[in-house]
Amino acid sequence: MGVLKLHGHPYSGATLRVLSVLHEKGLEFEFVPIDLATGEHKKEHFLSLNPFGQIPAFEDGEIRMFESRAITQYLAHAYADRGTELLFKETKKMAEMSVWAEVEAQKFDPPASKVAFELIFKPMIGGGAADEATVAEQQAALSKVLDVYEARLAGSSYLSGDSFGLADAHHQPLVHYLLGTTAKAAFDSRPYVSRWAADILSRPAWVNALAQQSNAP
Amino acid sequence: MGSVNVYGPPASTAVARVLACLLEKEVKFQLIPVNMAKGKHKAPEYLKIQPFGQVPAFQDESITLFESRAISRYLCDKFADKGNKGLFGNGLLERASIEQWLEAEAQSFNPPSSVLVFQLAFAPRMRLKQDPAVIEQNEGKLAKVLDVYENRLEESRFLAGDDFTLADLSHLPNAQYITGTDRGHLLTSRKNVNRWWEEISSRPSWKKVVEMQKAPPS
Repeated sequence: MGVLKLHGHPYSGATLRVLSVLHEKGLEFEFVPIDLATGEHKKEHFLSLNPFGQIPAFEDGEIRMFESRAITQYLAHAYADRGTELLFKETKKMAEMSVWAEVEAQKFDPPASKVAFELIFKPMIGGGAADEATVAEQQAALSKVLDVYEARLAGSSYLSGDSFGLADAHHQPLVHYLLGTTAKAAFDSRPYVSRWAADILSRPAWVNALAQQSNAP
Repeated sequence: MGSVNVYGPPASTAVARVLACLLEKEVKFQLIPVNMAKGKHKAPEYLKIQPFGQVPAFQDESITLFESRAISRYLCDKFADKGNKGLFGNGLLERASIEQWLEAEAQSFNPPSSVLVFQLAFAPRMRLKQDPAVIEQNEGKLAKVLDVYENRLEESRFLAGDDFTLADLSHLPNAQYITGTDRGHLLTSRKNVNRWWEEISSRPSWKKVVEMQKAPPS
């Protein structure tokens, strides 16, 4: 393949999601910081990479992609023989991981990202104090999801299956952020979820992905 | 050969997504009703196969799945040689493009369009009050997404490329409901989006799903 480039911001969950998989695969890449504060992601050059004007965008030689979960799928398939195996070869096992990857995208991400926004990003960008009602509502929704996760993880080492896979990797950014807030209690009170969260965040590839935040100019 | 079972009413957009995929792949299946009016989707036996208590749920021999887009991917994988063989593309590059637009559907198109489907199509049937502010807000969001689609579909016949794929299919259920309301112009007034909508919704597999949605509940 060609030169790999990831355009994004090191604090963005979606960017971190791709960074994690790039490191799991042991791939060399160039990180191209996008200046969100000046609206760089809405300008013509970036829009040619992602017409939705959102980070991240990704290049592999002539290939251009957007949507973090599509980029990670691409990396897992294109570089299947490198680094960590993130897919399952058996159709049944792959399908079961696919279920939990959709659960992350459809059930976990909405409440998790709203809680993270209210408690972390909104104050960070000078957007004012957290909206208590929203936080309470979304934390309740998140707790229901985590109840399902607790049952799943009681019978499976990882959400993906018996080994770490894409579905687990996709959770890393928001689990990391939520553990730094009052939402941590929802994880701590569920033993299987708590153990899984600690496990996925202790992976060297995830630690390397987070290190991109220290590289910021 | 074991049987494929799909649980849930065809009127559900997520169930319809799976039905469309099954029909494109020419895979035989049984549709098993779930009486949601009586809360059967929250009953313990159902929660065993779908822990969030939603439809659809899916079984194929020993495998049980949920989440319509995961079920669709599985069908394309397991039945690669049946029916529409190009539904998930041929090779890495085609697949990458399909995955990208499938994610665009799930992350950008689905949220505002689902709200509109509920507010405009389901709320009246369920005698629930519509929320004009919510409708307006989500119309605005959907319009922005469709502007991106309009540009994309200027240069490409279908979303992922020259052929109809799972990425297009995934849009059918929500788009079908919206075009049946007075907000249908969101799609039909955009030249390329309208062309694309006409083409994908006239596929025999989708017409069959629409028929199933109109049939009286069993």
